[in-house]
Amino acid sequence: MKTFGIIAVVLCGALLIYGTVDFPEWGDPASPASTYVSPYYIEHSIPDTSVPNIVTAILADYRGYDTMFETAVVFAAGIACIFLLRIEKRDSPRSRLYRHIPTGVTIRIEQGGRLPEGSRDLERIDSVWVPYDLIIKTGCRLVIPFIQLFALYVIAHGHHSPGGGFQGGVIFGAAIILYALAYDLRTAQTHLPIRTSVLLSSTGVLIYAGTGALCLLLGANFLNYSALAGLLGVDPVTARSHGILIVEIGVALAVMAVMVGLYYIISSAGRLDEGL
Amino acid sequence: MIWQLEFIILILIIFSGIGALMVKDLLGAGILFSAYSFMMCLLWAIMGAVDVAFTEASVGAGVSTVLFVAAIFRTTRRSKD
Repeated sequence: MKTFGIIAVVLCGALLIYGTVDFPEWGDPASPASTYVSPYYIEHSIPDTSVPNIVTAILADYRGYDTMFETAVVFAAGIACIFLLRIEKRDSPRSRLYRHIPTGVTIRIEQGGRLPEGSRDLERIDSVWVPYDLIIKTGCRLVIPFIQLFALYVIAHGHHSPGGGFQGGVIFGAAIILYALAYDLRTAQTHLPIRTSVLLSSTGVLIYAGTGALCLLLGANFLNYSALAGLLGVDPVTARSHGILIVEIGVALAVMAVMVGLYYIISSAGRLDEGL
Repeated sequence: MIWQLEFIILILIIFSGIGALMVKDLLGAGILFSAYSFMMCLLWAIMGAVDVAFTEASVGAGVSTVLFVAAIFRTTRRSKD
Protein backbone atom coordinates (compact mmCIF):
# COMPACT_ATOMS: atom_id res chain seq x y z
CA MET A 1 0.00 0.00 0.00
CA LYS A 2 2.78 2.37 0.92
CA THR A 3 4.70 1.70 -2.30
CA PHE A 4 1.51 2.24 -4.26
CA GLY A 5 1.04 5.59 -2.51
CA ILE A 6 4.59 6.68 -3.25
CA ILE A 7 4.21 5.69 -6.93
CA ALA A 8 0.93 7.65 -7.17
CA VAL A 9 2.46 10.74 -5.55
CA VAL A 10 5.57 10.65 -7.76
CA LEU A 11 3.42 10.16 -10.87
CA CYS A 12 1.12 13.06 -9.93
CA GLY A 13 4.10 15.28 -9.17
CA ALA A 14 5.77 14.41 -12.47
CA LEU A 15 2.54 15.20 -14.35
CA LEU A 16 2.19 18.55 -12.56
CA ILE A 17 5.81 19.46 -13.31
CA TYR A 18 5.25 18.40 -16.93
CA GLY A 19 2.21 20.69 -16.96
CA THR A 20 4.25 23.70 -15.88
CA VAL A 21 6.28 23.43 -19.11
CA ASP A 22 3.38 25.12 -20.93
CA PHE A 23 3.33 28.02 -18.46
CA PRO A 24 4.56 31.40 -19.70
CA GLU A 25 7.94 32.50 -18.38
CA TRP A 26 7.88 34.23 -15.00
CA GLY A 27 7.34 37.95 -15.59
CA ASP A 28 6.88 37.45 -19.34
CA PRO A 29 5.28 40.67 -20.70
CA ALA A 30 3.67 38.71 -23.57
CA SER A 31 1.82 36.26 -21.33
CA PRO A 32 -2.02 36.49 -21.42
CA ALA A 33 -2.24 37.73 -17.82
CA SER A 34 0.25 40.52 -18.47
CA THR A 35 -1.38 41.43 -21.79
CA TYR A 36 -5.06 41.68 -20.81
CA VAL A 37 -5.59 41.52 -17.04
CA SER A 38 -2.75 43.35 -15.31
CA PRO A 39 -2.67 46.52 -17.47
CA TYR A 40 -6.35 47.19 -16.72
CA TYR A 41 -5.80 47.22 -12.97
CA ILE A 42 -2.49 49.09 -13.21
CA GLU A 43 -4.16 51.83 -15.27
CA HIS A 44 -7.54 51.98 -13.52
CA SER A 45 -6.97 51.24 -9.83
CA ILE A 46 -5.79 54.77 -8.92
CA PRO A 47 -8.49 56.65 -10.90
CA ASP A 48 -11.18 54.20 -9.68
CA THR A 49 -10.32 53.81 -6.03
CA SER A 50 -7.39 56.13 -5.20
CA VAL A 51 -5.66 53.17 -3.48
CA PRO A 52 -1.95 52.93 -4.34
CA ASN A 53 -1.66 49.24 -3.37
CA ILE A 54 -3.26 47.49 -6.34
CA VAL A 55 -3.51 44.19 -4.45
CA THR A 56 -5.69 45.78 -1.77
CA ALA A 57 -7.83 47.51 -4.40
CA ILE A 58 -8.43 44.21 -6.21
CA LEU A 59 -9.04 42.18 -3.03
CA ALA A 60 -11.48 44.49 -1.30
CA ASP A 61 -13.06 46.34 -4.22
CA TYR A 62 -12.88 44.68 -7.63
CA ARG A 63 -13.11 41.20 -6.08
CA GLY A 64 -15.08 42.22 -3.01
CA TYR A 65 -17.39 39.21 -3.21
CA ASP A 66 -14.45 36.78 -3.01
CA THR A 67 -13.06 38.45 0.07
CA MET A 68 -16.48 38.61 1.71
CA PHE A 69 -17.04 34.90 1.30
CA GLU A 70 -13.45 34.17 2.37
CA THR A 71 -14.24 35.98 5.59
CA ALA A 72 -17.47 34.02 5.88
CA VAL A 73 -15.52 30.77 5.37
CA VAL A 74 -13.04 31.71 8.12
CA PHE A 75 -15.96 32.56 10.40
CA ALA A 76 -17.79 29.32 9.59
CA ALA A 77 -14.63 27.26 10.18
CA GLY A 78 -14.04 28.89 13.55
CA ILE A 79 -17.66 28.46 14.64
CA ALA A 80 -17.64 24.81 13.51
CA CYS A 81 -14.44 24.09 15.50
CA ILE A 82 -15.88 25.70 18.61
CA PHE A 83 -19.16 23.79 18.28
CA LEU A 84 -17.36 20.49 17.71
CA LEU A 85 -14.74 20.75 20.43
CA ARG A 86 -16.45 22.74 23.16
CA ILE A 87 -17.25 20.79 26.33
CA GLU A 88 -19.96 22.61 28.25
CA LYS A 89 -19.55 20.72 31.54
CA ARG A 90 -18.43 23.18 34.15
CA ASP A 91 -17.27 20.79 36.89
CA SER A 92 -13.75 19.65 36.14
CA PRO A 93 -13.17 15.92 36.59
CA ARG A 94 -9.51 16.52 37.33
CA SER A 95 -8.08 17.79 40.57
CA ARG A 96 -6.93 21.41 40.54
CA LEU A 97 -3.57 22.84 41.54
CA TYR A 98 -3.10 26.11 43.37
CA ARG A 99 0.06 28.00 44.20
CA HIS A 100 0.42 29.84 47.50
CA ILE A 101 1.91 33.10 46.26
CA PRO A 102 4.00 34.23 49.28
CA THR A 103 5.69 30.86 49.84
CA GLY A 104 5.49 29.23 46.40
CA VAL A 105 4.03 26.05 47.88
CA THR A 106 1.77 24.15 45.49
CA ILE A 107 -1.37 22.55 46.89
CA ARG A 108 -3.72 20.12 45.21
CA ILE A 109 -7.48 20.30 45.63
CA GLU A 110 -9.13 16.99 44.87
CA GLN A 111 -12.34 16.76 42.89
CA GLY A 112 -15.21 18.27 44.85
CA GLY A 113 -12.85 19.97 47.28
CA ARG A 114 -12.98 23.68 47.96
CA LEU A 115 -10.46 26.37 48.73
CA PRO A 116 -10.10 27.64 52.31
CA GLU A 117 -12.34 30.61 53.01
CA GLY A 118 -10.97 34.07 52.20
CA SER A 119 -7.79 32.80 50.57
CA ARG A 120 -6.50 35.61 48.41
CA ASP A 121 -2.93 34.33 48.37
CA LEU A 122 -3.70 31.27 46.27
CA GLU A 123 -3.59 31.35 42.47
CA ARG A 124 -4.80 28.60 40.18
CA ILE A 125 -2.07 26.96 38.09
CA ASP A 126 -2.20 24.45 35.26
CA SER A 127 -1.74 20.82 36.25
CA VAL A 128 0.33 19.74 33.24
CA TRP A 129 2.48 22.65 32.29
CA VAL A 130 3.43 25.21 34.89
CA PRO A 131 5.63 27.92 33.47
CA TYR A 132 6.44 30.34 36.24
CA ASP A 133 8.94 32.66 34.66
CA LEU A 134 9.11 36.32 35.50
CA ILE A 135 11.34 37.09 32.50
CA ILE A 136 8.94 35.55 29.98
CA LYS A 137 5.91 37.24 31.53
CA THR A 138 7.54 40.67 31.74
CA GLY A 139 9.08 40.35 28.28
CA CYS A 140 5.76 39.43 26.72
CA ARG A 141 3.99 42.21 28.56
CA LEU A 142 6.50 44.68 27.12
CA VAL A 143 6.32 43.32 23.58
CA ILE A 144 2.55 42.74 23.23
CA PRO A 145 1.49 46.44 23.00
CA PHE A 146 3.92 46.96 20.14
CA ILE A 147 2.68 43.86 18.33
CA GLN A 148 -0.89 45.13 18.68
CA LEU A 149 0.12 48.58 17.48
CA PHE A 150 1.86 47.01 14.49
CA ALA A 151 -1.27 44.98 13.76
CA LEU A 152 -3.38 48.16 13.73
CA TYR A 153 -0.80 49.77 11.45
CA VAL A 154 -0.95 46.81 9.07
CA ILE A 155 -4.76 47.03 8.96
CA ALA A 156 -4.89 50.79 8.48
CA HIS A 157 -1.92 51.04 6.13
CA GLY A 158 -3.03 48.23 3.81
CA HIS A 159 -3.91 50.88 1.23
CA HIS A 160 -0.31 51.98 0.82
CA SER A 161 1.85 49.00 1.75
CA PRO A 162 1.50 45.20 1.85
CA GLY A 163 -0.99 44.19 4.48
CA GLY A 164 -4.64 44.52 5.17
CA GLY A 165 -7.38 42.91 7.18
CA PHE A 166 -6.24 39.29 7.07
CA GLN A 167 -2.63 39.89 8.02
CA GLY A 168 -3.41 42.56 10.60
CA GLY A 169 -6.11 40.41 12.16
CA VAL A 170 -3.78 37.42 12.39
CA ILE A 171 -1.04 39.55 13.98
CA PHE A 172 -3.50 40.98 16.50
CA GLY A 173 -4.74 37.49 17.29
CA ALA A 174 -1.14 36.29 17.65
CA ALA A 175 -0.53 39.01 20.25
CA ILE A 176 -3.41 37.70 22.34
CA ILE A 177 -2.24 34.10 21.84
CA LEU A 178 1.23 35.19 23.01
CA TYR A 179 -0.41 36.64 26.12
CA ALA A 180 -2.23 33.36 26.72
CA LEU A 181 1.06 31.47 26.27
CA ALA A 182 3.05 33.70 28.60
CA TYR A 183 0.41 33.78 31.35
CA ASP A 184 -2.28 31.15 31.15
CA LEU A 185 -5.57 30.53 29.41
CA ARG A 186 -7.69 31.83 32.29
CA THR A 187 -5.87 35.18 32.47
CA ALA A 188 -6.23 35.64 28.72
CA GLN A 189 -9.93 34.83 28.98
CA THR A 190 -10.49 37.55 31.56
CA HIS A 191 -9.48 39.98 28.81
CA LEU A 192 -11.08 38.28 25.81
CA PRO A 193 -13.58 35.56 26.77
CA ILE A 194 -14.53 33.03 24.12
CA ARG A 195 -18.07 34.44 24.11
CA THR A 196 -16.70 37.86 23.11
CA SER A 197 -14.47 36.33 20.47
CA VAL A 198 -17.42 34.53 18.85
CA LEU A 199 -19.40 37.76 19.03
CA LEU A 200 -16.52 39.75 17.50
CA SER A 201 -16.08 37.29 14.64
CA SER A 202 -19.74 37.52 13.69
CA THR A 203 -19.54 41.32 14.06
CA GLY A 204 -16.66 41.33 11.56
CA VAL A 205 -18.65 39.44 8.96
CA LEU A 206 -21.63 41.68 9.70
CA ILE A 207 -19.54 44.82 9.11
CA TYR A 208 -18.43 43.49 5.73
CA ALA A 209 -21.85 42.30 4.57
CA GLY A 210 -23.52 45.34 6.17
CA THR A 211 -21.33 47.72 4.17
CA GLY A 212 -22.41 45.89 1.03
CA ALA A 213 -26.05 46.01 2.04
CA LEU A 214 -25.75 49.71 2.87
CA CYS A 215 -24.50 50.37 -0.66
CA LEU A 216 -27.50 48.40 -1.92
CA LEU A 217 -29.86 50.53 0.20
CA LEU A 218 -28.26 53.71 -1.12
CA GLY A 219 -29.11 52.72 -4.66
CA ALA A 220 -25.89 51.20 -5.99
CA ASN A 221 -24.75 47.61 -6.53
CA PHE A 222 -23.82 45.38 -3.61
CA LEU A 223 -20.34 46.41 -2.31
CA ASN A 224 -20.13 49.39 -4.66
CA TYR A 225 -18.57 51.78 -2.13
CA SER A 226 -19.08 54.86 -4.32
CA ALA A 227 -22.62 54.96 -2.94
CA LEU A 228 -21.20 55.81 0.49
CA ALA A 229 -19.90 59.17 -0.80
CA GLY A 230 -22.93 61.03 0.51
CA LEU A 231 -22.73 59.45 3.97
CA LEU A 232 -18.98 59.97 4.37
CA GLY A 233 -19.04 63.42 2.82
CA VAL A 234 -16.32 62.78 0.25
CA ASP A 235 -16.19 62.32 -3.51
CA PRO A 236 -17.04 58.86 -4.94
CA VAL A 237 -13.41 57.88 -5.59
CA THR A 238 -12.28 58.62 -2.03
CA ALA A 239 -15.44 56.89 -0.80
CA ARG A 240 -14.19 53.67 -2.43
CA SER A 241 -10.92 54.00 -0.52
CA HIS A 242 -12.77 54.54 2.75
CA GLY A 243 -15.14 51.68 1.98
CA ILE A 244 -12.13 49.39 1.53
CA LEU A 245 -10.86 50.45 4.95
CA ILE A 246 -14.23 49.69 6.55
CA VAL A 247 -14.43 46.18 5.13
CA GLU A 248 -10.76 45.56 6.04
CA ILE A 249 -11.63 46.37 9.65
CA GLY A 250 -14.46 43.84 9.43
CA VAL A 251 -12.12 41.19 8.03
CA ALA A 252 -9.54 41.93 10.73
CA LEU A 253 -12.11 41.58 13.53
CA ALA A 254 -13.41 38.29 12.19
CA VAL A 255 -9.94 36.78 11.61
CA MET A 256 -8.58 37.97 14.97
CA ALA A 257 -11.51 36.56 16.92
CA VAL A 258 -11.47 33.24 15.05
CA MET A 259 -7.71 32.77 15.61
CA VAL A 260 -7.99 33.46 19.33
CA GLY A 261 -11.09 31.28 19.68
CA LEU A 262 -9.41 28.41 17.83
CA TYR A 263 -6.36 28.66 20.06
CA TYR A 264 -8.47 28.64 23.23
CA ILE A 265 -10.51 25.66 22.13
CA ILE A 266 -7.64 23.56 20.76
CA SER A 267 -5.10 24.16 23.52
CA SER A 268 -7.60 23.36 26.27
CA ALA A 269 -9.23 20.42 24.43
CA GLY A 270 -12.59 22.20 24.64
CA ARG A 271 -12.62 22.73 28.39
CA LEU A 272 -11.35 26.33 28.34
CA ASP A 273 -9.84 26.03 31.82
CA GLU A 274 -6.30 24.70 31.49
CA GLY A 275 -4.26 25.16 28.38
CA LEU A 276 -0.81 25.46 26.92
CA MET B 1 17.51 38.20 -7.90
CA ILE B 2 20.48 35.96 -7.24
CA TRP B 3 19.54 32.54 -8.60
CA GLN B 4 21.76 30.68 -6.12
CA LEU B 5 19.72 32.05 -3.23
CA GLU B 6 16.46 30.96 -4.86
CA PHE B 7 17.95 27.53 -5.52
CA ILE B 8 19.01 27.10 -1.89
CA ILE B 9 15.54 28.16 -0.69
CA LEU B 10 13.87 25.75 -3.13
CA ILE B 11 16.06 22.87 -1.91
CA LEU B 12 15.23 23.77 1.71
CA ILE B 13 11.49 23.83 0.86
CA ILE B 14 11.65 20.35 -0.68
CA PHE B 15 13.67 18.94 2.20
CA SER B 16 11.49 20.43 4.92
CA GLY B 17 8.35 19.23 3.09
CA ILE B 18 9.67 15.66 2.81
CA GLY B 19 11.02 15.85 6.36
CA ALA B 20 7.62 16.93 7.72
CA LEU B 21 6.11 13.82 6.13
CA MET B 22 8.89 11.45 7.19
CA VAL B 23 9.60 12.44 10.76
CA LYS B 24 7.98 10.32 13.51
CA ASP B 25 7.83 13.07 16.11
CA LEU B 26 4.71 15.14 15.45
CA LEU B 27 6.12 18.21 17.21
CA GLY B 28 9.14 18.03 14.90
CA ALA B 29 6.80 17.71 11.93
CA GLY B 30 4.96 20.84 13.04
CA ILE B 31 8.18 22.81 13.36
CA LEU B 32 9.37 21.54 9.96
CA PHE B 33 6.04 22.65 8.51
CA SER B 34 6.66 26.08 9.97
CA ALA B 35 10.10 26.16 8.34
CA TYR B 36 8.47 25.10 5.07
CA SER B 37 6.00 27.97 5.36
CA PHE B 38 8.72 30.46 6.13
CA MET B 39 10.79 29.37 3.12
CA MET B 40 7.66 29.64 0.96
CA CYS B 41 7.22 33.15 2.33
CA LEU B 42 10.78 34.04 1.28
CA LEU B 43 10.11 32.63 -2.18
CA TRP B 44 6.89 34.68 -2.52
CA ALA B 45 8.80 37.79 -1.49
CA ILE B 46 11.54 37.06 -4.04
CA MET B 47 8.90 36.68 -6.78
CA GLY B 48 7.42 40.06 -5.87
CA ALA B 49 4.16 38.84 -4.32
CA VAL B 50 4.71 40.76 -1.09
CA ASP B 51 1.09 40.57 0.10
CA VAL B 52 1.04 36.79 -0.27
CA ALA B 53 4.41 36.58 1.49
CA PHE B 54 3.04 38.61 4.37
CA THR B 55 0.01 36.35 4.70
CA GLU B 56 2.18 33.24 4.50
CA ALA B 57 4.50 34.56 7.21
CA SER B 58 1.71 35.50 9.60
CA VAL B 59 -0.73 32.63 9.00
CA GLY B 60 1.48 29.78 7.80
CA ALA B 61 4.63 30.27 9.80
CA GLY B 62 3.06 32.03 12.77
CA VAL B 63 -0.40 31.15 14.00
CA SER B 64 -0.84 27.73 12.38
CA THR B 65 2.36 26.49 14.06
CA VAL B 66 0.97 27.55 17.44
CA LEU B 67 -2.27 25.73 16.64
CA PHE B 68 -0.29 22.61 15.61
CA VAL B 69 1.69 22.70 18.85
CA ALA B 70 -1.51 23.20 20.87
CA ALA B 71 -3.15 20.24 19.13
CA ILE B 72 -0.08 18.01 19.64
CA PHE B 73 0.02 19.05 23.30
CA ARG B 74 -3.48 17.60 23.68
CA THR B 75 -2.80 14.37 21.77
CA THR B 76 0.23 12.09 21.54
CA ARG B 77 3.56 13.25 20.29
CA ARG B 78 4.50 10.07 18.42
CA SER B 79 2.95 9.23 15.08
CA LYS B 80 1.89 5.63 14.42
CA ASP B 81 2.98 5.41 10.77
